[in-house]
Amino acid sequence: MIEGKNKKNAVYLDHSSTTPVEPQVVDAMLPYFNLHFGNPSSIHSFGQEAKVALEDARRQIAKLLKAEAGEVVFTSSGTESNNWALKGAAAFFAGRKKHLITSTAEHHAVLFTCQFIEKTGFDVTYLKVNEFGMVEPQQVADAIREDTFMVSVMHANNEVGTINPIGEIGAVARQAGVLFHTDAVQTFGKVPIDVQDLNVDFLTVSGHKIYGPKGVGALYLRQGLQLEKLLHGGKHERDRRAGTENVPAVVGFGKAAEISGTRMQEDFALVGTLRDELQKKLLEQIDGIHVNGHPEKRHPAILNASFAGVESDSLLLGLDLKGIAVSNGSACTSGTVEPSHVLHAMGLPKSIANSAIRFSLGRKNTSDEIDYTVNALKVILKRLRKFKRR
Amino acid sequence: MSVKETIVVAMSGGVDSSVAAALLLEQGHKVIGVTMNLWEYDRVGGNINRDSGCCSVDTMDDARCVCSTLGVPFYVVNFREEFEAAVKKDFTDEYLAGRTPNPCVRCNTYIKWGALLDKAEELGATKIATGHYARSHFDAENGRYILRRGRDPKKDQSYALYGIKPRGLQRTLFPIGDFNKNEIREMARKFGLRTAEKAESQEICFIPENDYTRYLQAQNPELASLAGGDIVNKKGEVLGHHKGFPFYTIGQRKGLGLSLPEPVYVTKIDAESNQVTVGANHDLENAGLLAGDVNWVSIAEPEDQISIEAKIRYNSPATPAMLQVLGSNQVRVIFAEPQRAVTSGQSVVFYDGDVVLGGGIIQAAE
Repeated sequence: MIEGKNKKNAVYLDHSSTTPVEPQVVDAMLPYFNLHFGNPSSIHSFGQEAKVALEDARRQIAKLLKAEAGEVVFTSSGTESNNWALKGAAAFFAGRKKHLITSTAEHHAVLFTCQFIEKTGFDVTYLKVNEFGMVEPQQVADAIREDTFMVSVMHANNEVGTINPIGEIGAVARQAGVLFHTDAVQTFGKVPIDVQDLNVDFLTVSGHKIYGPKGVGALYLRQGLQLEKLLHGGKHERDRRAGTENVPAVVGFGKAAEISGTRMQEDFALVGTLRDELQKKLLEQIDGIHVNGHPEKRHPAILNASFAGVESDSLLLGLDLKGIAVSNGSACTSGTVEPSHVLHAMGLPKSIANSAIRFSLGRKNTSDEIDYTVNALKVILKRLRKFKRR
Repeated sequence: MSVKETIVVAMSGGVDSSVAAALLLEQGHKVIGVTMNLWEYDRVGGNINRDSGCCSVDTMDDARCVCSTLGVPFYVVNFREEFEAAVKKDFTDEYLAGRTPNPCVRCNTYIKWGALLDKAEELGATKIATGHYARSHFDAENGRYILRRGRDPKKDQSYALYGIKPRGLQRTLFPIGDFNKNEIREMARKFGLRTAEKAESQEICFIPENDYTRYLQAQNPELASLAGGDIVNKKGEVLGHHKGFPFYTIGQRKGLGLSLPEPVYVTKIDAESNQVTVGANHDLENAGLLAGDVNWVSIAEPEDQISIEAKIRYNSPATPAMLQVLGSNQVRVIFAEPQRAVTSGQSVVFYDGDVVLGGGIIQAAE
């Protein structure tokens, strides 16, 4: 009847949202659906097969964090890991300490969780980020109180890519005897992470940002640290997170982490070069562009740019109609483009905040795709800049 | 229709706009489905799935699903600010001024044929299309586009479209205006659209459970405590007490809390004196009306006076009348036969047979 969508000419520049699962990862996962389908908690041989796979994956994740396998707990997502770290710590300290510190540029999985915790009777300080979206260690030092139990500051910002001085912030927290959590969903597998150097107590990672499957994440908990549980039930994950492990997804996550570890330098160079090329060409060929985020201390794959005189959603839709996938802010339930709380937090004027889009590159992108994108943008901008919205 | 164009179809998630999109695609056009997000759905405690109109999450999913079946792009665009300013605020303001607004008319005039038309242009589309039961054609003689009633008299929605500017009408298609509802459902089944059997929604989309009283109170906390006032007869004698004038409409008989030998009806709502006036049925008869905010969609503004058929509410038939142009987008309409319950805030639409000449907002009964 009516033909389906043509995906042939698609250019995917939204890897910070999610990534395609690597074929090797799919291959690694498949046997765990129907061949080695056992429950890792079972005593019999079926269970043991699954248990072995689970622990292999745990070692793969730990290796990429320079952590011990026992410090990694699998969850359903980065969002769950963030929720657990924050709510788990709040519940643990309830009645003893009541102050939590985070930043205004955090992902909603942290920001909204903190707002929820605040409603249950805790105090939360939301540190203002600077014009690059960065938190300064001194701000954290100044905000810490007697009753502060945790600091949570993201590693790289998901919208603008700015990388926070996590090691220094961690040192400040540790000196004050305060726990430190970082959401490293964007950096895990992309830039080197060493939990010792970063001085973190808790660190959030996710599977689908590193060419692994959706529906799996993990939380790193420094040896010896405890959190109240988020999910109660069986004694899974060494009695830290109840619920039968999603074995195929965990296996895929482990494999994806292993691949990311082996090709990190290669990916970093390729993606960073393409991102710089995109930025350079945009600035050279298009007027009225403002690059958002820190000029150097930035995630290699992310370019967030504002285009004077247009609205981000018009740009995003126009690019999609040409097969180019980019992003802006965070999508709400209905799928509309919402103003970015991050750009707002950075103190950018509304005209810049409302005209921004995020390009996030991946290991399969090519130089030709960059050229195609720059040319498409030129055409779209020419049209859009003709119209002035009322 | 031989020229192939890129057309943005306003998708409500209902069967009519679904078929509109499918028909245009079948005619060879490039179609982009767009659902407008006009108001914030309820959060915790509310029912996000309530199916009262175009902006619930369910209806957006329906529209998205239909576009996926058709293989065309689909987007949700955010017009919440525009809708708040042009429709919701006016809705409340009108009730507080003692009038009975028609938000669908304003949504069409300012949102669909305003913000959406602009958005379509930005997306590179030359036209927009909607699932309204109305028709339009180009009249070469006058060099104008003409807006006409839908072919199905039971479904005709032209009343709510009179506010479209000529430039907007020129860039509009009504793909289903030549069909009746059964034919539309039949086509939806043929196209395999999941909205084929979907029930009609005729409520005001942003009013939960069609309860505008509760909505007004929720929007305006001061209204909840708004003192009631007197219900009076035309001599000014107090007959009873009202709960707040915005909660009454002209012609209303039930729920007045009066026990009188003869049935009485609301004949006047006066915001200033906080009085609701009641009278006999014949007191509701009006010889004419004054209307403002007049828009001429299919013809240029007449020089002086013309005979028309006037439709004074969505559910009333058009009736013969004389229209006098008063200037400043104001007109006087004098009915051939007196009309019952002319209501300020509602729209009066001027027809010539099938053709929508224009319309305006009723300012006063005369």
